[in-house]
Amino acid sequence: MNRHVAYTPYHPRWHRQRISTYWWLGRRSYFLFILRELSSLAVAWFVVWLLFLVRAASGAASYQQFLEWTRHPFVLALNIACFAFVCLHAVTWFNLAPQAMVVHVAGRRVPGWIIAASNYAALAFTTAAVVALLLLRW
Amino acid sequence: MSSHITLRVARYRPEEESESTFEDYDVPCPRDWVVLDGLNHIKDRIDGTLSFRWSCRMGICGSCGMLVNGEPKLTCATFLADYAPGPIRVEPLRNFPVIRDLIVELGDFMGKLTRVKPWIVRQVEKPLSEGEYRQTPEQLDEYKQFSMCINCMLCYSACPIYGLDPHFIGPAAIALAQRYNLDNRDEGASDRMRILSEHDGIWGCTFVGECTKVCPKHVDPAAAIQRYKLQSALDWVKGIVLPRAAS
Amino acid sequence: MIEPRDGGLNVAVTPSFDVILVGGGGAGLRAAIAIAESAPALRVAVVSKVYPMRSHTVSAEGGAAGVIAQDDSHDEHCYDTISGGDWLGDQDAIEAFVREAPQELLRLEHWGCPWSREPDGRIAVRPFGGMKKMRTWFAADKTGFHMLHTLFQTSLKYSAVVRYDEWFVTKLLVDDGRVHGVIAIELATGRIEALPARAVILCTGGCGKVFPFTTNASIKTGDGMALAYRAGAPLKDMEFVQYHPTGLPFTGILITEAARAEGGYLINKDGYRYLQDYALGTPQPKPVFRTMELGPRDRLSQAFVKELEKGRTIDTPHGPVVHLDLRHLGAALINRKLPFVRELCMKYQNIDPVTQLIPVRPVVHYMMGGVHTDIDGATPLRGLYAAGEVACVSINGANRLGSNSLPELLVFGARAGRVAAEYAAGAPAPGRHAEAQLRDEQRRLETERVQPGGRERIADLRQQMQAAMEESAGIYRTAPALSRGVETLRALQERARHLRVEDQSRTFNTERIAALELSFMLDIAEAIVASALQRQESRGAHQRTDFPRRDDNRFLAHSIAERQADGSCRVGYLPVTITRWPPAERVYGEVPPDRGLKHELSHYASSRALPS
Repeated sequence: MNRHVAYTPYHPRWHRQRISTYWWLGRRSYFLFILRELSSLAVAWFVVWLLFLVRAASGAASYQQFLEWTRHPFVLALNIACFAFVCLHAVTWFNLAPQAMVVHVAGRRVPGWIIAASNYAALAFTTAAVVALLLLRW
Repeated sequence: MSSHITLRVARYRPEEESESTFEDYDVPCPRDWVVLDGLNHIKDRIDGTLSFRWSCRMGICGSCGMLVNGEPKLTCATFLADYAPGPIRVEPLRNFPVIRDLIVELGDFMGKLTRVKPWIVRQVEKPLSEGEYRQTPEQLDEYKQFSMCINCMLCYSACPIYGLDPHFIGPAAIALAQRYNLDNRDEGASDRMRILSEHDGIWGCTFVGECTKVCPKHVDPAAAIQRYKLQSALDWVKGIVLPRAAS
Repeated sequence: MIEPRDGGLNVAVTPSFDVILVGGGGAGLRAAIAIAESAPALRVAVVSKVYPMRSHTVSAEGGAAGVIAQDDSHDEHCYDTISGGDWLGDQDAIEAFVREAPQELLRLEHWGCPWSREPDGRIAVRPFGGMKKMRTWFAADKTGFHMLHTLFQTSLKYSAVVRYDEWFVTKLLVDDGRVHGVIAIELATGRIEALPARAVILCTGGCGKVFPFTTNASIKTGDGMALAYRAGAPLKDMEFVQYHPTGLPFTGILITEAARAEGGYLINKDGYRYLQDYALGTPQPKPVFRTMELGPRDRLSQAFVKELEKGRTIDTPHGPVVHLDLRHLGAALINRKLPFVRELCMKYQNIDPVTQLIPVRPVVHYMMGGVHTDIDGATPLRGLYAAGEVACVSINGANRLGSNSLPELLVFGARAGRVAAEYAAGAPAPGRHAEAQLRDEQRRLETERVQPGGRERIADLRQQMQAAMEESAGIYRTAPALSRGVETLRALQERARHLRVEDQSRTFNTERIAALELSFMLDIAEAIVASALQRQESRGAHQRTDFPRRDDNRFLAHSIAERQADGSCRVGYLPVTITRWPPAERVYGEVPPDRGLKHELSHYASSRALPS
């Protein structure tokens, strides 16, 4: 409350409920929200990891070192966990996209599920393209 | 199905105590009774000192918002039988100061509502003799959803950001601003942009999405806010790239 | 919130106003805007016992009538209103109302009201009960909600309008035949203050809560009517209580007339469209103006009672009902034009109108009567004005047509606002007597607040009052029942002096408010029953089985109810203003009234088989 309130006999004391530091544990939806927000850290980690990869790709020896480092159980576990978070990040982002974007085609509003579905489709397509590239060793 | 249920009601009597307490009341539970009927039964028959707001009892006036088992609900639209065997916890809306029992202080919202200029802004008013502003059903649909807000404050109660930072302008205020921004008769979008693009405006929102979940009128304030963020960001870019073309 | 100047004393007089609006609904907000626009230098305050957007205007659903179609005319709207009111409406007021209604509705459109539209973007109109042409503007089926929010949000533009939200007016300040302001309790703190003003406009709505089954909200307790009555302003036509034919059985929630305007049928337990037996025309598959389900509300409610007497209504745990059939309209139309109706039925009756019949019964909905005003909203008490349902101008006469009350708020809210502003600009400042009256009132209220153990529960007296009103002043009335009603109410008034108010606090003491509202309601109830007893005829919504005919010789007049010094109600009469429409027979349907009764199931079956 950003109003200065003078409590007097004719202005009795309001009761202000305290918000606990652990407010986000109180509801499932708040908890999922916090996880979703934390997933951006996972995205940031992958950016860093990709930068390491790019730097290591300069030579065969450095690349081998990089691969060994990535195979290390700690890094592996971290990457698996972060991958899960990134999936959460993508899924929540796609599912919320229709609320943020209203698209009109030929005067009619595109239904929300189409917007979400097209995001998933784009993900599938990009994944397929990357996998194809890797398999064909370009 | 038992014919009675316990309502555990939060009480706060500022002239007698400095903390809120809970009191249990046993009320009848016929199939068509809502929580509000239970509260009225308590007030009429058991404890006349219980204070709460209500009016239309049909979910259109927005007076009777309270927390029922921790969830923001309109008590006139929440059936007792759905919570059998109970007890049902009834508390005042979260994130607002409590004046008394189940009654919260709404002055903050009333001030915020005025700040977003929730009226038609026009450079030149059309005289009545020229008739109505033309608005096709499609143009009406653009903002219709956001015009359904009954100001019940359930969204503010569900919003953790508003709970942590009461300076946040809040879901209903932004939805109502959007209601006017998207109305083809209005020309005040740039006026509202200034107010909404402040730190405590739309950028305070982190899209938790709880406001939309609890809204009894399906206004979807979260959508209003995110769409506005997109628009505000594009406007900012336009302002840099094409300074004269931006609003 | 205005802090008292003398830091904390209970008695404080705040800066005075030029005009005070009591009530912040459609009429109050329209009046406030009218004053802010026509006389921007005046200090205006809106004093409402709830936040303005909670006012009961918000629950109006169907629409607001205003002549805009090419094939329509003001005279036709006048005729429909006059005949709908069974010739008890003042025709000069009706002519002014009909002329100004479209302009007011258009002004609201300019302020942002989301009226439903034709495909080309022009305002759409729908048919409505008792109207010969389509002239009812609508905003889906939440017209009152959209109108109120448009008015409230537009009023926020005018910083000159001060709002006293959640202040309950207990008394008008009157001295020397003039009103000088109000005394009000600030609900949140219990502080009692005098708000002096040069003019006061009452916009507090009707008093449906004196009856047990009503569409009205809990706040409709006739506050303004009682305030005026106690201050010496007369009430007019109080016996005319409108029963809306379609309310849900337990809650009394309104199912809008628009459902019938879009084509809904009223059927009895045999599936028969029974209205055809009551001189309302022949059933057609599509709605026909002023016929059958589009007849006037009083006739439809009376038909229900007749069906009940014949044993043709359906019994439910919440009493007898008939059915409203919307199934033939189809889901698309219902979702587009009647979405709120569908929502309410599903929520409160567990019924989907697309596939099931809606149980409905008549419920009290509107007060045609109210504070007696002239064509500009002025009462005989100088400085006191009234507009909206609280007032009786009268444009609604003995029965109101649906969709006339929303434009009434706008037209007479604006008129009363402008006229009160003019008066206030020239009126003398409120005098010093405010303080003395405030002290008296404050002493009275505070004594009541801390009164130890009365013996009567508020809820008990309220329910007994409501039961007495239902029994004596229902749809059909008789002299013995009305006389019994008068006695019961007198007894309840006596018992109300010993009310038990358990809550002795100051902070948001709603029990105290309930006690004050009960005392207002008892006064109003007395006026209703006394007026009904005196009117020995049947006209519009006032039906006497002992006097079943309309009697223009004796009763083509308004009842005027005035409070006597001993608290009783004396009823006199005032002539009705007739201009161009001499009293005639009130006819609905397209066939002569002596068609005769037919009860044919096959007739119903064949009309259902026709393509809709």
